[in-house]
Amino acid sequence: MFSVFRKTKELEGKIDEFLNVILEAALEFKQGMKYYLEGDFDEFEKRSEHVDQLEGRADRLRREIENKLYMEMLLPEARGDVLALLENSDDVLNIVADTIVEFSVEKPEFPPEISNHFMGLVDVSLEAVEEMVATVRAYFKDLTAVRDHVTKIMFFEKESDKIGERIKRFLFDKSDIDLSRKIHIRTFVTYLQTIADKAEDVGDRVSIYTIKRLM
Amino acid sequence: MTWFYLASGLFLGWSLGANDAANVFGTAVGTKMVRFKVAAMVASIFVILGAVISGAGAAHTLGKLGSVNALGGSFTVALAAALTVSWMTKLGLPVSTTQAIVGAIVGWDFFSGALVDTDALTKIVSTWVISPVLTAIFSFLFFKLTRWSLRVIKMHLLEMDLNTRLALILIGAFGAYSLGANNIANVMGVFVTANPFPDVNILGILTLSGKQLLFLIGGIAIAVGIYSYSYRVMKTVGSDLFKLSPIAALIVVFSESIVLFIFASQKLEHLLIRLNLPTIPLVPVSSSQAVVGGVIGIAFARGGGRAINFRVLTRIFWGWIVTPLTAGVISFFALFFMQNVFQQKVYEPIPYVISEAVYEKLNSMDIRDPGLGVLKGKVFRNGRRFKKALKNLTKLSSREINEVIRIAEIDSLKIDSTVANEKLSPHWFTYAQLKAVKSLHGRIFAYKWQLQDALAALCEEWRFKEDTRRNRPYNRELEMKYEKLFEVFRISKMRERYDELHELMGF
Repeated sequence: MFSVFRKTKELEGKIDEFLNVILEAALEFKQGMKYYLEGDFDEFEKRSEHVDQLEGRADRLRREIENKLYMEMLLPEARGDVLALLENSDDVLNIVADTIVEFSVEKPEFPPEISNHFMGLVDVSLEAVEEMVATVRAYFKDLTAVRDHVTKIMFFEKESDKIGERIKRFLFDKSDIDLSRKIHIRTFVTYLQTIADKAEDVGDRVSIYTIKRLM
Repeated sequence: MTWFYLASGLFLGWSLGANDAANVFGTAVGTKMVRFKVAAMVASIFVILGAVISGAGAAHTLGKLGSVNALGGSFTVALAAALTVSWMTKLGLPVSTTQAIVGAIVGWDFFSGALVDTDALTKIVSTWVISPVLTAIFSFLFFKLTRWSLRVIKMHLLEMDLNTRLALILIGAFGAYSLGANNIANVMGVFVTANPFPDVNILGILTLSGKQLLFLIGGIAIAVGIYSYSYRVMKTVGSDLFKLSPIAALIVVFSESIVLFIFASQKLEHLLIRLNLPTIPLVPVSSSQAVVGGVIGIAFARGGGRAINFRVLTRIFWGWIVTPLTAGVISFFALFFMQNVFQQKVYEPIPYVISEAVYEKLNSMDIRDPGLGVLKGKVFRNGRRFKKALKNLTKLSSREINEVIRIAEIDSLKIDSTVANEKLSPHWFTYAQLKAVKSLHGRIFAYKWQLQDALAALCEEWRFKEDTRRNRPYNRELEMKYEKLFEVFRISKMRERYDELHELMGF
């Protein structure tokens, strides 16, 4: 009897840990990008590596949680939803990890007029991820808080669209940069926008799942 | 032979288990929150416990409606009800065992010429309306309360899942107990008067009265129904009929269980009386309809009755009429066949006669009418004819007529102290009560009231108390004890030869 309660607590802990890992990766990404734009590549590489490790850890945790949910026949009603949430949040983390690797590999060069704006884009996109983590947590613990977090995600996603568009317009208006470099930079702007986009998708799912759960 | 007669009751019990267990565990199993194995075990155990421990209250009321007094009759009445239930289930109509059995009993009343106890009938029929409404009110309140408290407590989804499962099992157990307590009357109620079982003692620890033994067997039949067939019904309830979240289902089952419980619990009645609150009649109600009430309560709590399917409501309403009517008609014709084609006795005729003794008794009760003198000495072969004659020839009020009918009903009771030692449990009857009974050894009574008067004269504890709310449970208990005496000391063959009996009594 008590082992059932213990197991439940353990699984709750695992889910929390999984979300913590995503949050930590998002913060590391931001920090790494700051170093990158400042030109401190050593520090950037350290952060990049850490994000990669976190991504692997999140994958393991996710699998463990999913197995437990199915093996112990927990949450028969919400199981599918929970599974989708975990997978999709993990996808966001994967994109974050892939993006930082791309930076490390391709080392795009940002014109100084843009780098400030680009840091702004990094901030809002990753803030969307942070809010996404808060949303998923709220889905598990406090349904009433879901709405506020989803609203914030939506705001940050729109903001990332706006900043991204501004950067691209500015970039393609400039005549002293090669088209190839323009396109290269644009690719990275799109990466960042995708992160926010995917985070918003998770938020949208949570909204629907919440309605389902409100008895 | 006894078992053959009981078979129709067992069939009815089986169909109750197959259908109504789903009202308790349907959503839990349908949504896979509780495994069927667990649900079936818990439901079976608690249905049986409820039937044996608390089944008497509702069965008493049903017995008043028509005390089917021959096994052949009980068999046919239960069969008619079971046929109605399975037929209507086949047609996909919402059906309730309660309504079927009530209709079938009234069919027996008509066939045997016994009088329909309109008080009991009104009581029963009104609860059909009250119970879903009450369940709706309960589930409305519980839903609001639960939603509010879940917002305040902020429980983790996984913990909620675990707690919901545990609650589904716990409340399911309570629901099964209530179902057994309330609905065993439907299954075995018609066999109570003609009960073939003696009291038994199990290993010297536990004594089961004949009635409890009957209920135990009925409970087992319900359990068999749960194990053999309810899975299918549960899957439909959980996934098709009404989609409820596990928590909403929990609230519905809880409300339903409370309603079934309050219509069955004698203990609760005592408590209400002690607290000076209005009491609730102990009557078998329909669990299926209580569930529908509960779902409607939730729909209202969720905001407006838009979600309510009014077609379901009309169908339930028709169920109140069609089910008892069908069962009554089937019962009437089946009894006719049993009696005339299979030559089985389906009722003990209850004759009525206004003898000198009755006349005097009525006089002493201040019931006087020239018509009674005219009827004196005339034998009536059944209650209905007697009532008709009283209505035509006297100017008595209907209350007085009922009293005359009660007093003039012939019985044949012979007190035997050996039988008393064997069949009257000292745990139930007090020492003084038993002593009084035994002191009447060898006496013969042609009327129930004569025995009652004789005992009341001998012993304080055989006297009814004044009819106040507070005294009602005491009086009902005493009434049940008297019924037990009549059952134990009745010489049934003699009741038919009432002419002989008259001589014996000296008229």
